[in-house]
Amino acid sequence: MIIKGKVHKFSDDINTDDIIAAKYLVSTDPQELGKHCMETISPDFSQAVSPGDIIVAGRNFGCGSSREHAPVAIKGCGISAVIARSFAAIFFRNAINIGLPFLESADVEQINDGDIIEIDLSSGIIKNLTQEKNYKTQAFPEFLQKIVESGGLINWVKKSRKL
Amino acid sequence: MGYTIAEKILMAHSGQKSIKPGEFIQADVDVALANDITAPLAIAEFKKSGFAQVFNKNKIVLVPDHFAPAKDLKSANQCKILANFAKEQKIKNYFEIGQMGIEHALLPEAGIVLPGDLIVGADSHTCTYGALGAYATGMGSTDLARAYIDGKCWLKVPGSLKFVFKGKLNKWVGGKDLILYTIGQIGVDGALYKVMEFCGPVIRKLGMDDRFSMCNMAIEAGARAGLIEPDAITKKFVAKFKRKPKFYTSDPDAVYEKTFEWDVSGLEPLVACPHLPSNVKPVGSLKDIKVDQVVIGSCTNGRISDLRIAASLLKGRKAAPGIKLIVFPATQKIYLQAVKEGLAEIFVKAGGVFSTPTCGPCLGGHMGILTEGEVAIATTNRNFLGRMGSPKSFVYLSNPAVAAASAITGKITHPGKI
Repeated sequence: MIIKGKVHKFSDDINTDDIIAAKYLVSTDPQELGKHCMETISPDFSQAVSPGDIIVAGRNFGCGSSREHAPVAIKGCGISAVIARSFAAIFFRNAINIGLPFLESADVEQINDGDIIEIDLSSGIIKNLTQEKNYKTQAFPEFLQKIVESGGLINWVKKSRKL
Repeated sequence: MGYTIAEKILMAHSGQKSIKPGEFIQADVDVALANDITAPLAIAEFKKSGFAQVFNKNKIVLVPDHFAPAKDLKSANQCKILANFAKEQKIKNYFEIGQMGIEHALLPEAGIVLPGDLIVGADSHTCTYGALGAYATGMGSTDLARAYIDGKCWLKVPGSLKFVFKGKLNKWVGGKDLILYTIGQIGVDGALYKVMEFCGPVIRKLGMDDRFSMCNMAIEAGARAGLIEPDAITKKFVAKFKRKPKFYTSDPDAVYEKTFEWDVSGLEPLVACPHLPSNVKPVGSLKDIKVDQVVIGSCTNGRISDLRIAASLLKGRKAAPGIKLIVFPATQKIYLQAVKEGLAEIFVKAGGVFSTPTCGPCLGGHMGILTEGEVAIATTNRNFLGRMGSPKSFVYLSNPAVAAASAITGKITHPGKI
């Protein structure tokens, strides 16, 4: 799967309250949550996102709460993938389970806000079209790839129960 | 090669004869917990999946505690989803507000979670139960939906970090200070994907309430779980429950990725300053930090011993003029105990409010939202930007003694100065 989009750059330790504040957790609707994505730290974020855009962040992205509303809000506002130096553990599994594409990359510092990048999820290659550079990342372990290929955890469970 | 407590629990729940960090396992859960924020998503996913019955109605726990008592119409709808699902699936561990408590104080108190259990919760502070010597970890709603279907969860076996606390604690220093110290040392991702195992003579002397406070905040260092090996104190705490616990200990040759050894004898009460739990400073170093609101309670520090400490300082004293003092016991049982012991009267006479159990104030949900420019000191677990309301407000985290002392003076204060 190839994903192409404009980069929105964030720093280290972006927490789940930043991604979607608790006051909006009275809804589970992706579009509604998407409207308030990153509002605390970047009030105009959801308007600035064009469908397909990509978040690039530093270490420990998604730390804090277990709220699955966080990856749901990111998807809901039109973001197609997240690349970070590292992800907090619960956000990591939530993203896998709901099928939000993401990659861990040691090269995030080289990517700038506004760059156009292209990600090949199966090879783990990130192409920076603006800077004409390529970055290689580790592909997911096989088990996680299976969940993603199944279209999320529940589909994987349904599939594996039929075997 | 030996195993840690965490590895032994994961082996027992995945039917494996050996286990190693990094390996993916499918494990059987003893308890699957969700609340009024995370359960509606889990229930929707479960229903979408086409399965009619949950795997085991006795292993599912639903606690409406975040926006309950319902703060508005939308929250009331969310809570209703839990009530309906509990009724439909005959889930007995659903707690209506009169029986309710903040989940992470309620479940140990009710004997729903026990040593040796594998507990998954759609709430990041599920790691609290590690204080019992259980493997307890936070997950998302889809993970819970999966557990509703087949009683299992996928886990990547984490490596373990060992934290040995030596020395003798000063007065007014407790479990909260030990965990703030730890997070201050290793940072908010210092234990990313790892298990934190807390041990040493200082831990052995801590009561259960302090142990819960410590394990509660393991997630604030990025950990999957925070564990304490069960001992006589743990065994006494769980002795009255019907279901039988399993006590695991770490082998002497268990493998740890890193061991930290700290002498905490000179430790002062600590405060985590805005906007990260790792931004930790000794209370004495904070000069003239005026506060508008003092929050005592939560799944971190809303237990009876926390309230006793706060009351011991507030007894016969008043909160400084203009200070909003909010005390919220973590469960109905703690609430009643605080009333019986006269603690509730102390808080009210000090000019505070004594509220029903709820997660409300901690996550900026309800019952104590901060507006622009306001400063709070709270015994809660997170001080992220905007956590308790306005993105232009400020949250400091401390133990209950520091919070109570600060209510009296109106600025962040060492309890020894009262």
